[in-house]
Amino acid sequence: MNARAHGARHGADPLLVVEDLSVTFSRPGQEPFTAVDRVGFEVRPGEVVGLVGESGCGKSVTSLAVMGLLPRRGTRVSGRAFFDGVDLLSLPDRELRDRRGTDVAMIFQDPLSSLNPVVPLGVQVTEVIRRHRRANRSQATRRAQEMLERVGIPDPARRMHEYPHQISGGMRQRVLIAIALACEPRLLIADEPTTALDVTIQAQILALLKELVIGSGTSLIMITHDLGVVAGLCDTVNVLYGGRIVERADRYSLFDAPRHPYTGGLLESVPSLDDGENRLHPIPGSVADNIPWSQGCAFAPRCRVATDLCFREEPAWSADGERRSRCHHPLPDPIIVAKEKTP
Amino acid sequence: MTTAPAVPRRRTATARPGAQTLRRLLRQPAFLIGSVITFVFVLVAIAAPVLAPHDPAAPLLLDQVRAQSNPVPLPQEGFPLGGDPAGRDLLSRLVAGAQQTLVVGVMATLGGFVGGIALGLVAGVFAGKVDMLVMRAVDVMLAIPSLLMAFSIAALFAHPSEWTLILTIAIVQVPVFARLMRGSMLVQRDTDHVLAARALGVKPGAIVFRHMVPNALGPVIVQATLSLAVSILDAAALSFLGLGNPDDGRPEWGQMLGGAQQYFNSFPHLAIYPALCIIVVALGFTLMGESLRETLDPRTRR
Repeated sequence: MNARAHGARHGADPLLVVEDLSVTFSRPGQEPFTAVDRVGFEVRPGEVVGLVGESGCGKSVTSLAVMGLLPRRGTRVSGRAFFDGVDLLSLPDRELRDRRGTDVAMIFQDPLSSLNPVVPLGVQVTEVIRRHRRANRSQATRRAQEMLERVGIPDPARRMHEYPHQISGGMRQRVLIAIALACEPRLLIADEPTTALDVTIQAQILALLKELVIGSGTSLIMITHDLGVVAGLCDTVNVLYGGRIVERADRYSLFDAPRHPYTGGLLESVPSLDDGENRLHPIPGSVADNIPWSQGCAFAPRCRVATDLCFREEPAWSADGERRSRCHHPLPDPIIVAKEKTP
Repeated sequence: MTTAPAVPRRRTATARPGAQTLRRLLRQPAFLIGSVITFVFVLVAIAAPVLAPHDPAAPLLLDQVRAQSNPVPLPQEGFPLGGDPAGRDLLSRLVAGAQQTLVVGVMATLGGFVGGIALGLVAGVFAGKVDMLVMRAVDVMLAIPSLLMAFSIAALFAHPSEWTLILTIAIVQVPVFARLMRGSMLVQRDTDHVLAARALGVKPGAIVFRHMVPNALGPVIVQATLSLAVSILDAAALSFLGLGNPDDGRPEWGQMLGGAQQYFNSFPHLAIYPALCIIVVALGFTLMGESLRETLDPRTRR
């Protein structure tokens, strides 16, 4: 399968267009902190878009802002997020609420804490169905059982009466997927859906997402720091650093030839068995070592190829067909060079 | 596509969330003692009319009080603890007092619980100005020593009765519950499952009442068991000072204690029995409440 497998769909109008999205948190007595800085991306119908980056790069905040789920106090959100032509960010609360769960749904990182511990699973699945669909109790129950069955939960009728703590982590994430998909959203935002799960369960959940979401033409925004997930799932990948998108590419170009040194660093930091001494190649420094974008490139202090220019001037987008990156010194296909060296 | 655990694990015995907690509780002597005391007390209170050997209001030993220049009848056949200065059976009065104490304690705690939850809920849900107003009022109430406040409120009523007593104690309990409930609601507001519910478009009413309140109630309910002891002590103190039910046909321990004052030098047992009852029952509720709190508090787990 290649990146253009959904080619027909890719031609369609984008389902979600995020433009110039900025989120600034301010606390009294502290400098305002811009967690998301003029981020823009598109999601076409049926497309899987990845938002990738390390903790604190603004990927979760981006999705929460699009959903209108950030706390109002101390938060400033600007920009636009057109869903089907309607700007979600300027919708009144009530209308946005009507769209959450039906148009856009979301699943979160920790499946245990995302479920209400004192409410039986069945009620939690039927709740969203009864909220958005004109369904009576028995119709909702039937639909809920059907959903639980589709996400691979054995004996759903019995599970409906159980509580979140009585089922395993993988099961919980399945239930959350069932809840999120119960009203057939057109866009699902998955915020690190596999991070809290162990590897075998991760694979199952990813397979399930592939089958249910991608198979049904639902668009998916995959928020992750796991490049394995990106490789397996995403059509287009946006790499975030310091609240900005620093590189965008389809997954093949991204893995073959990252342009931004940060992306390159991320790829190199994946441990590999081929790598003789079994060494890890971390990116030096931490996210905290940023400089503000206004003074140059936020990644410059950690960057191997940084020059004076990077500490002086904010890098602009450089486009290369569909791929774009924001760097003064884009990488020259380093991974291919490395591959040629090893037999 | 495989389905996760091929053999679904069933934890039948420990399946219900309460079962494991209960087992942990039963391992604590404090909880056992406390619950036994509480259980016996409640049993006595409910069965008081059956258990009391005599009518607690009937002056059955009045002749003795009059005949012997002895104001307090001694223990005798049929009257194991003797009588009070009005010739009524002391044991029957203690048993009947249990009932009165339970009614006042439970009703007052319930009143404080309901009022406090309502206030705490409002403060926790409508943050900002409402929260500030409610919580400052609560702070002011908490700043006044609770007994002092109880006396002041009780003194406002021209005709004290057990209802004014209940109301007074309920009001005094409100701020404790309100503060706890508010904190609990604030914690819930930031939980992932509330965020998840909001992400599904669940309406605010349902978020508050289905997703926040049931989870927020835990610590408040535990506080209620502790507040029962406080209510009982407060009720006794107020009755002792004559701010409770004045009708000594329906005896109450604090009221009995107050009545025993003038005989304390010659007949201390008139004071000791009701005092002992108060102490033991308050201890029972406290032991139970404390061990409940400790067991349910996630910070002290394991």
